[in-house]
Amino acid sequence: MSTLLVAQIVLTLFVFVMLLNSAAVMVYVERKVAAALQQRLGPYLVGPKGLLQPLADIVKLMFKEELRPRAADAFLFALAPIISATCAFAAFAVVPFGGETTLFGLLPEGLRLQVADVNVAILVVFAIASMSVYGIVLAGWSSNSKYALLGGLRSSAQMISYELSYGLALASVLVVAGSLSLTDIVNGQSGTWFGVLPRWFIFIQPLAFLIYLTAGIAETNRAPFDFPEAEQELVAGYHTEYSSMSFAMFFLAEYVNMVTVSAVATDLFLGGWHGPFLPESLGWIWFLVKVAAILFFYVWMRWTLPRYRYDQLMRFGWKVLLPLGVVNLLVTAAGVLYFAR
Amino acid sequence: MMFYLFAAVAVVASLLVIGQRNPIYSVLLLIASFGALSGLYVLLDAPFVAVIQIVVYAGAIMVLFLFVVMLLNAPHEDTEQDERVHPLIRRGAMRFGAVLAVALIVELWWALMKAGETGEFGNASVSSVAAIGQLLFTDYAFPFEVTSILILVALVGAVVLARRDPAGAAALRRR
Repeated sequence: MSTLLVAQIVLTLFVFVMLLNSAAVMVYVERKVAAALQQRLGPYLVGPKGLLQPLADIVKLMFKEELRPRAADAFLFALAPIISATCAFAAFAVVPFGGETTLFGLLPEGLRLQVADVNVAILVVFAIASMSVYGIVLAGWSSNSKYALLGGLRSSAQMISYELSYGLALASVLVVAGSLSLTDIVNGQSGTWFGVLPRWFIFIQPLAFLIYLTAGIAETNRAPFDFPEAEQELVAGYHTEYSSMSFAMFFLAEYVNMVTVSAVATDLFLGGWHGPFLPESLGWIWFLVKVAAILFFYVWMRWTLPRYRYDQLMRFGWKVLLPLGVVNLLVTAAGVLYFAR
Repeated sequence: MMFYLFAAVAVVASLLVIGQRNPIYSVLLLIASFGALSGLYVLLDAPFVAVIQIVVYAGAIMVLFLFVVMLLNAPHEDTEQDERVHPLIRRGAMRFGAVLAVALIVELWWALMKAGETGEFGNASVSSVAAIGQLLFTDYAFPFEVTSILILVALVGAVVLARRDPAGAAALRRR
């Protein structure tokens, strides 16, 4: 086996483990930030500054009893969390998170920091996002419980509605970049304008960035759009009947989805691994910083804004976000035509 | 090798779709079949078509199917009410379905006979997104627009058929 192939396999495993870790870290960050926003302390007993809290949570979940309602559809009930978790991880496979590296000269050729370089990467992300609806819908249906079913139905309606705006925001960026490959899009954002302003697409497409972030929050079912699991109305929504590790899979999927949406936003709008002060080979540090900033924004939103009403959510999605997306795409396309001539 | 794997999954899943009692499983098997088809497109070096297959069919259309099946809440088809007569000698609309099935089999047979002749296809146009877009809006602009109008008609029809709310009916009567 060639060294490069081994390096690629190691990289894939590394990304997988890091995504798992990111979910654990996000649980801790979520609780700490929530506590800070509510003037509490948050977890502080388990380990130094409560750092081992996620570990304690995982151990607790592992040792819980696995329950299944008697009237549930056994096969689909088991399949639903697997679909959710698989889709969450699969989407990250096409996301590049750094330029080429030779690992300090250890490798004969440069290795691109990306699991798979697909030339239609944006569409792959979009396709996998649309597949992840099934996990939630099937969980809701197969549980044979009214709260879970309502959560599942809400979620499918919400995700279908916001997928359109999400797709339109992606389309505006790919019109500007002229490519469907995420690597090409990131490389199109290197350098600066007038020597100061980095050539990030957020400065040409601020509206698309806002639409993408909003639709991304709705796609990952986070507050203020967390209708599929609205505690006050639906007990816990689509995962009401789940316990132990199958519940943990949904939990994991939610956080990994957040990380993926943030990583794609970083690649599309914030210039990926390009940034000042650091050499190209250390670009992944910039990437991590940007992803962390977006993730913090996510958590901040969740604990600041109250949940919308369901009709407000639908009205906002169809009558505000979608027309804005269409107009933005039209203006972008016209602008690209005008300036490309 | 991969071709046989994907082809087998597609064929077996499609056959199982019509063999299921529970429509939810039918929907899921159809999604599996679409996934296998998408794999075949990747093997044909057409990743764009493969991803579009997933986005449009497996992602959008099948979610709607699943939605409808869940809302109608028709968990099982009853076999006992089926007539135990050969489809071709049944009365009324049932015979039409049998005729369609025969027509489908004849067409399939015809297509298989012709399969050897048309092994050629524009290899440059399937792999490049730009080329597909160019073709779609020049050579195939008319079929493309006609399809979109067809879909619009179907949409309007579905809304009219599904419209059963008292407020809307009252508004219609007042007119």
